[in-house]
Amino acid sequence: MAVNPAIERVTDLEEVPRRSRGQAAVADFCRRRPLGAIAAAAILLMVAVALAAPLIAPYDPVAVNFGAMLDAPSAAHWLGTDSFGRDVLSRLIHGSRTALLVGFGSSILSATLGALLGVASAYFGGRVDLYLQRVMDIFLSFPLIILALALVTILGNALPNLITAIMIPMIPRCALVIRSSALSIREMPYVDAARAAGFGHGRIILRHMLPNVMAPYLIMVTAFLGQAILLEASLSFLGLGVQEPIPAWGLMLRGAAVEFAEAAPWMAIFPGLAISLAVFAFNLFGDSLRDALDPRLRTQ
Amino acid sequence: MTAATRDGVILEVRDLVKHFPVGGGLFSGPQAMVRAVNGVSFTIRKGETLGLVGESGCGKTTTGRCILQLERPTSGSVVFEGRDLTTMDAPELRKVRRTIQVIFQDPYSSLNPRMTVGQIVAEPMAVHGLVTDAVKRQARVRELLGRVGLLPQHAARYPHELSGGQRQRVGIARALAMEPSLIVCDEPVSALDVSIQAQIINLLEDLQAEFGLTYLFVAHDLAVVRHISDRVAVMYLGKIVELAPRKELYDEPLHPYTRALLSAVPIPDPELEMRREHIVLKGEVPSPLKPPPGCVFHPRCPVAIDRCSMEVPPLREVKPGHWAACLLA
Repeated sequence: MAVNPAIERVTDLEEVPRRSRGQAAVADFCRRRPLGAIAAAAILLMVAVALAAPLIAPYDPVAVNFGAMLDAPSAAHWLGTDSFGRDVLSRLIHGSRTALLVGFGSSILSATLGALLGVASAYFGGRVDLYLQRVMDIFLSFPLIILALALVTILGNALPNLITAIMIPMIPRCALVIRSSALSIREMPYVDAARAAGFGHGRIILRHMLPNVMAPYLIMVTAFLGQAILLEASLSFLGLGVQEPIPAWGLMLRGAAVEFAEAAPWMAIFPGLAISLAVFAFNLFGDSLRDALDPRLRTQ
Repeated sequence: MTAATRDGVILEVRDLVKHFPVGGGLFSGPQAMVRAVNGVSFTIRKGETLGLVGESGCGKTTTGRCILQLERPTSGSVVFEGRDLTTMDAPELRKVRRTIQVIFQDPYSSLNPRMTVGQIVAEPMAVHGLVTDAVKRQARVRELLGRVGLLPQHAARYPHELSGGQRQRVGIARALAMEPSLIVCDEPVSALDVSIQAQIINLLEDLQAEFGLTYLFVAHDLAVVRHISDRVAVMYLGKIVELAPRKELYDEPLHPYTRALLSAVPIPDPELEMRREHIVLKGEVPSPLKPPPGCVFHPRCPVAIDRCSMEVPPLREVKPGHWAACLLA
């Protein structure tokens, strides 16, 4: 063999049983960010409750019982009943489905679309970037809830429309953050290598750039989750979101806050607590995840 | 093939210019131009290695990037196998790109961290339809990895699990996967340990002999360039100041800048090193924003005369095959 077989040391190639990268990362996260881990546990609990809602809810959440209207918390109804005699606990449990569906649906969709737009904007640069960014700026000039309100008014308030209405205002916020990460990725030699290899724009964006903005992407998803849940509750509270009799936390608050705040405070307190805790858990987890994944994003 | 590929010329760069605009806002034009490459011409024959040396910022990397069409040149032409790349449209260029490949300086950022070595090497073959069958492609990946001195098991690894030298080998395998005829090596060993440098250089030479590759070898290390090149071009401030066969350039440099550059290379013998003449250039490299008039080297040239600040010396063939851009050469 004329060729120099200068193989570097190969002793490290024995297949040492290694813990997968994922497992190691989770363990590391729990050790370094106990608060984030607690929040993650709360989120998992919430997801479990939502999935198992029909099994664990003591009553049918929409069953009206005129014999038990406005009952205070008791052994039969742990968190009391509302003005139609519906069990508050059961409605809370089923309401978590609405909250999580809208929360995950709109945050994942908005972050994904935002990431695509942000990466494309950074990759193409020049005019495309300039025009895309100005359109984003227009959207950014509206507060989240105003834009969501306008959209839900136009689209109507079926659940998919609600998700769309909450998703669209969040897209530019995500696109902005992802774009800034993608700008630095674009200058990486491996992107040059992909261009020099004659790969198409789509392949470079999807295969070489998007996977490398995963950290900010995950951060945006978790950051939006809390906001989306809060937004859904706000819209429902204002009567533009989920409609009766579907159980939703914001809707429960709407029925309760006005007339029965004094007579049956449990009707308002528990859904309010559920919203606060859920949003708090998601935000806490999002913050910890952000710190763990990308300390540079801390100021945003 | 055609008249354009006469004498086995594979690449001809003619009057290549790349200016980068600086400053300027949304409505105003650019405030200034960085003249990174300012009229560079050379040819590379099939199977040879042309070394391109110069200090940081002299435009050697930009020249390489312009040949690869990673930067669109401001003017000038890059004729590869008889066809001008600068006037090609995107789909046509995409096909040609396969035959001109690149090896980057930094082995840490030139591999996508989210792809395994196997995926990195296999991707170009799949995209260009070189090996369409997935099983055969895996076999080809293993073959290529073996060829560059890695093991088949490395295919399942991620770049962060490899050392710098191993990563550079992956970069070479990726370039080879496209079966190129020209490889632009952009400082391929500058980021590596000296012991690894030798391995990579030897590997590049072996591959050249085996596949008949042509290299444009961009580097600032004169010893490395001397080892690998057939001919050497010296760049200074966006221009080629001297171009000659390796031996001639190192033994009888004609341009004062080349002489200064060579005298800066230490000789590994303290006695000799003490006694020999050193040419120490005065001042700094002028800004490429505002290159000096006349010969770009005249403000620092030890032998400059008045004419040097007024006349731009053309790159002329002083001796057969030995070109220099100096009025006094």
